[in-house]
Amino acid sequence: MGDAVRRRIEWLIEKSLLLSAIVGTLIVMLIAVFTFLEGFPFLAKYGITSFITGKVWDPAYGEFGILSMIIGTFYVTIGALIIGVPIAVACAIFLAEMAPQPLARLFRPIIELLAGIPTVVYGFFGLIVIVGFIKSHFDVPGFSILAASIMLAIMILPTVINISEDAIRAVPKQYKEGSLALGATHWQTIRYVILPGARSGLISAIFLGMGRAIGETMAVIMVAGNTALIPTSMLDPVRTLTINIALEMGYAYGDHSSSLFATGIVLFVLIICLNALVTRLKRRVTE
Amino acid sequence: MIKIGFKSKWMLIMIVSLLAAFVVAGCGGGTPDPGADNQQPGEEPAIKGTLTTAGSTSVQPLSEEFAQAFMAKYPGTNVMVQGGGSSQGVKAANEGIADFGASSRNLKDEEKAYGLTEVVVCLDGIAVVVHPENSFIEDLSIEDVRKVFAGDITNWKDLGGPDSRIMAVTREAGSGTRGAFEEMIMKDAKISDAAIVQPSNGGIHQAVAGDKNAIGYLSMGYLDDKVKTIKIDGVEASVDNIKAGTYKVSRPFIFMYKGEASPLLQAFTDFCLSAEGQAIVAKHYITVN
Repeated sequence: MGDAVRRRIEWLIEKSLLLSAIVGTLIVMLIAVFTFLEGFPFLAKYGITSFITGKVWDPAYGEFGILSMIIGTFYVTIGALIIGVPIAVACAIFLAEMAPQPLARLFRPIIELLAGIPTVVYGFFGLIVIVGFIKSHFDVPGFSILAASIMLAIMILPTVINISEDAIRAVPKQYKEGSLALGATHWQTIRYVILPGARSGLISAIFLGMGRAIGETMAVIMVAGNTALIPTSMLDPVRTLTINIALEMGYAYGDHSSSLFATGIVLFVLIICLNALVTRLKRRVTE
Repeated sequence: MIKIGFKSKWMLIMIVSLLAAFVVAGCGGGTPDPGADNQQPGEEPAIKGTLTTAGSTSVQPLSEEFAQAFMAKYPGTNVMVQGGGSSQGVKAANEGIADFGASSRNLKDEEKAYGLTEVVVCLDGIAVVVHPENSFIEDLSIEDVRKVFAGDITNWKDLGGPDSRIMAVTREAGSGTRGAFEEMIMKDAKISDAAIVQPSNGGIHQAVAGDKNAIGYLSMGYLDDKVKTIKIDGVEASVDNIKAGTYKVSRPFIFMYKGEASPLLQAFTDFCLSAEGQAIVAKHYITVN
């Protein structure tokens, strides 16, 4: 095969890879543009402030306030992190630092399996087991922030565990050896040397888990109760931003439909803000 | 060297074919439907072509069954069923976006003004249901049901039951079943914001079957022994009572179109009302005679 031919092939490969990269980026742009085009005219008409701070959601009567859903999204996500992150980080420490090899080899695929379970299956589990449990222990319907948070906590485990474990393993061996040589116990080494050394990776892990929790829809719809009211306790039903879109998309038309796209815009902006926050936080931590 | 060349050639072929697949998939929407022209010559005046319908998602499963059977009977026809909701169905029929629209509620006065031809293909009842272990409620007045869903009555003791909270379960805004329920039960009252919302008949069924304090409403096709149906104003939700007009919480499934029906549309509506079509209806809903 001649040099010229090979060079042409190289050129073709390079350009096709470039094209693939462009397609990937373009799709993100298209989704953003599409969502904004559909939702923005509604926002302009109804008013961004009254949309975001409105407490009543009643499309049939022309009331489009999503404050209860913004608050609901925060409660559910923070609840999931409070329950899920300590378990996940502890599990990652165990797998990376303490577990004997055979045990770690047994645990890891099981945790990865957790990531492969379809979300509706989680939803069904949540509906029957978690909602049922809450219902039988408190005098409430069971569809609640607590139920959604517990379920999401389980769903974010594999993401947070895997990335945390990688981060812990990436801490240079010399740090650990130095600490142990100075007479620190294993736990002291983990607490004061390894975890601080891995914190940038741990932050990534937590925020990726957070992203998953905010975006999850199908499973949450089944356990959250979906009422558009500002919740006053962990046992109150809740509607998140993603639920609002998925719940009402099927029948919506006109302003109602545009208002759901506008809900999408709010979600989009929220996630962009979160990403920016993570990037800044990580830079701060590593400097 | 030759080996590397060989490898990269394969990679190239893979990439190119992948891209080609994307392009082809992207253009798929524009290709004309080959099924539309496949008509075989028959003795009858040819019934062929494509019918489109849009509208109520409650009617959608039934429309799809009609379409399947119709297309099997008349090869060369193609019936495309889309959802959108009852209001969308009326709009689509009036503006000619679809050949005919589907609605799971009676048309409102302003919709009647469009002068659409309506064909009632079946009736569906909406039943009020509670948990099977709920033994103290057999019968509710329309007024009580309204108060429960409006949030004016929140404890079973106000309805003669034990002192425990009521969990009302409703459908999401825009649902045809919710629309019919609002029209026939709620009248001018609003369903309470505090009611649990489920996105489907199946979701309501699941929620009511799982909570002793629950009350909800379902399309009759979804009734079974996991939920207990209660009488409304003393009348049981049954096929006979709906046909006789004594059970009031029922609604028609309507196909409607503007102007003169094309031969194809006429054949389709005739088919829906024929013994064959009504046999499909009878599987889940109430036939019209």
